[in-house]
Amino acid sequence: MMEKNKIILYSVVLAVSFLAPFVFPDFGTQLATLWLMIIVSLTWDMTGGQMGYNSLGNIFFYGVGMYVAAVVAIGLVYDVGEYTNASGGGIYKFTNEQYFTGLFLGLLLAGVICSITALIIGFLTFGLRGPYFAIGTLGVAIAGGELVSNWDWVGGGQGIALPVYPGDLDDGKIFFYFLFAIVGIVLFLFLRWFYQTRFGAAINAIRDDEEKADAMGIHTLRYKLITWSIAAFFVGIAGGISAFQLIHFEPLETAFQTINLGIFMVVCVLLGGKGTLWGPVVGAILFHVFKEVTWNYFLGWQWVALGALIIVTVVYFQDGVLGWLAHKKPEWFGIRVEEKSAEGSS
Amino acid sequence: MDQFLSNISLLFEFPIVNLKIIIDGVMIGALFALAAYGLALVWGVMNVKNLAQGDFVIAGGYVSWWLVQQGVPALLGVPAAFIVMWGIGWVAYKLVISRVIERDLFTSLLATFGLAIMMAQLMNLMFGSDTQSVDLGYDTLYFADGLIDVPIAKLIGVFMAALLAAGVIVFMKSSRMGQAIRATAQDARAARVLGIDTEKVYAFTFSLNAAICGAAGAIIVMVWIIQPFYGITHSIRAFVIVTAAGLGNLPGVIAAGLGIGALEQYGAHIFGIGYQQAIAVLLLLLVLIIRLIQQMKNRQVLK
Repeated sequence: MMEKNKIILYSVVLAVSFLAPFVFPDFGTQLATLWLMIIVSLTWDMTGGQMGYNSLGNIFFYGVGMYVAAVVAIGLVYDVGEYTNASGGGIYKFTNEQYFTGLFLGLLLAGVICSITALIIGFLTFGLRGPYFAIGTLGVAIAGGELVSNWDWVGGGQGIALPVYPGDLDDGKIFFYFLFAIVGIVLFLFLRWFYQTRFGAAINAIRDDEEKADAMGIHTLRYKLITWSIAAFFVGIAGGISAFQLIHFEPLETAFQTINLGIFMVVCVLLGGKGTLWGPVVGAILFHVFKEVTWNYFLGWQWVALGALIIVTVVYFQDGVLGWLAHKKPEWFGIRVEEKSAEGSS
Repeated sequence: MDQFLSNISLLFEFPIVNLKIIIDGVMIGALFALAAYGLALVWGVMNVKNLAQGDFVIAGGYVSWWLVQQGVPALLGVPAAFIVMWGIGWVAYKLVISRVIERDLFTSLLATFGLAIMMAQLMNLMFGSDTQSVDLGYDTLYFADGLIDVPIAKLIGVFMAALLAAGVIVFMKSSRMGQAIRATAQDARAARVLGIDTEKVYAFTFSLNAAICGAAGAIIVMVWIIQPFYGITHSIRAFVIVTAAGLGNLPGVIAAGLGIGALEQYGAHIFGIGYQQAIAVLLLLLVLIIRLIQQMKNRQVLK
């Protein structure tokens, strides 16, 4: 019965995500951004929700992914320094073949390099616990943006302008939507399997009590590093896709956007429900819809509203939608609640 | 790269430049130390890591700047910022902080981060995103053939910072409230048992912290510049200082504050002013990693 419901649920979600860009062609970019939010929220939850390591710096991998993908795509054809110097002026043309080779190779390398970076940074920072880890990773993200914006070879504070999608603009929108959607679906299915494995149980043990997990013979550092590098892999790819979708990006406001996407992903996960599979997805959808519907009416006050939303979510609603539902309707989640028998003699 | 090397060799060719950098760094570092002392106070007493610390500093700066625009003498801005930020700190405590004290640390960190975003944006809307400063109109003293310049305004700023720090220390040592704060920091439960209203102590401590930050900001606007989004860097500096010095170590906080100020000036001299924010942040990572290695030595492992 349960299985049947799940199959129906998954097919409906798949069908909706497949049809959405054709039914709502005007919202193609917004829908793609929604998938981006889902991807980064799911990956944030891998360390934040499931492993108990609340990173404020996952956006670092998004930025690194953007830059790696862009540099690879440009570097395959032209000299990167000269290209960025000209700010993508008209002389630099890309053929269709060059564009797509650069795109896919760039995305792949973005993922791989982000994984490796995560291993290195994780090795340095995973000894930090709790808030120190959060502040340390926030520091990594801010430092990344500041350093890249002083690095002239990749365009400095100006950023990089990538070639436009060859072909029809509307086709491009759908193309990037499906790139995001495929990465998101692969990530979701991967996590669904991942959290059920022994590995998933081990990272949950790290969240619940790291010292005990250590004492039980779990090599905690190895588990933490692998989990974070998987998360970084997907964030890196998402960053790479964003780079091509946005065409032009610059370091502080787009690539290493600490207070935009960097904090959105945390809010999405908290809103939806930390440490659950569906929580980040639900949270991302709610947050994105709320943001897109209300943003334009705030006229400059949107960031104030965002700060208020963070505070309210964190202070009053930390269990999130799924946590609240699990409390109200435990039977939906397969949690059996033992009713206290009133008779007293059983 | 060549430019960095030539900047370094300049330091050796003209040793007097070192002195100038250190004087500049120490003068600005005194103000960092003030904000860091407030952070250490809140951290120690109620175990809240306040990421909005830097935004309190900037808000204090804007209070002073706004008053100067209205024709109030600039030096009066410091006590005014102290009082106004006391009020804002109290409101922030009642609305947000009081609800996260008992919760886990990430909650308070994230809640104060939300507060920081909100404050930065409010200041951006109210005062615009330009950098601002207040000119006191005093002369500049020159030493060593004009290689070292010390604006009198900066000297006044350092003097006021020292005065404020001394006032806070005397207050904490001798007054009834100061004793209650210290007792709460040692053991909140025991303090409650002995009849101290810890809720009141928390509110007082957080307001005092905001007020200290506000006064520091009012001095910073006289000797340096402020901008709505500079808050996060000030917060990070405060974290660097407290992490490097440790909690409840006042001489350490002052020394670390002065040291960070000097290091940042050196970094800005060698790598250029564009790297100043990056240097502050990288110092944080450096301090965290050094602390980590130190603790690893103490960790006992069964093999």
